Amino acid sequence: MSQFLYLIPGWILLAGVYGIVTSRNLVHAVVCLSVAQSATYVLLLTIGYQRKATAPVFSDIKPTRNVVDPLVQAMTLTDIVVGATVTALLLALTVQVAKRRGTVDPDDLRSLEP
Amino acid sequence: MSRRARLLVLAFGGCGLALLFALAAFRLPDFGGTSHPYGQRTLPNAIAHHTPNVISSINFDQRAFDTLGEELILMASALAAVLILRTVRAEQEDAAGKHAYGPAQVFDALRITGYALLPVTIMTGVYIVAHGYLSPGGGFQGGVVLGSAIHLVYLSGDYPALARIRPIPMFEAGEALAAGAFVALALAFAGQVTAMNAVVGLEVGSAVVLTLAKFFEQALLVRKDT
Repeated sequence: MSQFLYLIPGWILLAGVYGIVTSRNLVHAVVCLSVAQSATYVLLLTIGYQRKATAPVFSDIKPTRNVVDPLVQAMTLTDIVVGATVTALLLALTVQVAKRRGTVDPDDLRSLEP
Repeated sequence: MSRRARLLVLAFGGCGLALLFALAAFRLPDFGGTSHPYGQRTLPNAIAHHTPNVISSINFDQRAFDTLGEELILMASALAAVLILRTVRAEQEDAAGKHAYGPAQVFDALRITGYALLPVTIMTGVYIVAHGYLSPGGGFQGGVVLGSAIHLVYLSGDYPALARIRPIPMFEAGEALAAGAFVALALAFAGQVTAMNAVVGLEVGSAVVLTLAKFFEQALLVRKDT
């Protein structure tokens, strides 16, 4: 039943979503979103794993050697880049919210009024 | 919505997601198995194009057009962060020379380590970018190392020193030039892995520097007009 390993990313995703929903601080919520997103990295790498295979870099191994799936690793790289940009953008918004409203607790940010 | 109601909605949605995810997970192929149809199709192409690092080959050769989209997302979000963190009407910005440090106290040992690590870190960043076609690494990873390396000057020196060695207009121009060059490379010369790594390294490094510069300004220089 090696499929149980595929459940790990689901667990990470749910942990991140729980953190966002119960968050009392916007910075904490942004970090929880990063946790939820890291579930996708784990899922991609889990899918690409192959037993007795090595990293897909052929500079010092024979081309006939078994390697793990390089496509999902390339997608993970894309994923990380997009995740980092989203985090930067959300933190910038948090800075402005803190300045305008004097609080970063999402529960105190009821209305859109300044 | 009260916290209790919110948790109930979360429990409902979370249980549904967990159930569907588990059902899907148990229909996936065996963990660690040998069936990787897409990955196996990328390997001969990478070897035929003499790019030993298959991941670089996928990102900058076989899926270069997709990486173009990723690249533009990166630029758009750096641009948006710079726009969001601009100085608004009721605020004014102090000159960079007025504030040496943030609230943190810097120890002498940390300062010396920072100066010693600065050239090493920049070397490592350039190596990761330049060697990206051959060994693990590439423009994205090396760009982040290069962009962060400059900020060792703040840790080991002070803010005026950091402001002197990173003239913002130069990095803005570098970001724009690198983005333009990447569009041209991706559309016309996809597969020039080394050139694309260098351009991406420049763009990611500039984006990191520009975004962090805005956060620095907010933390150190910008204050409410009283």
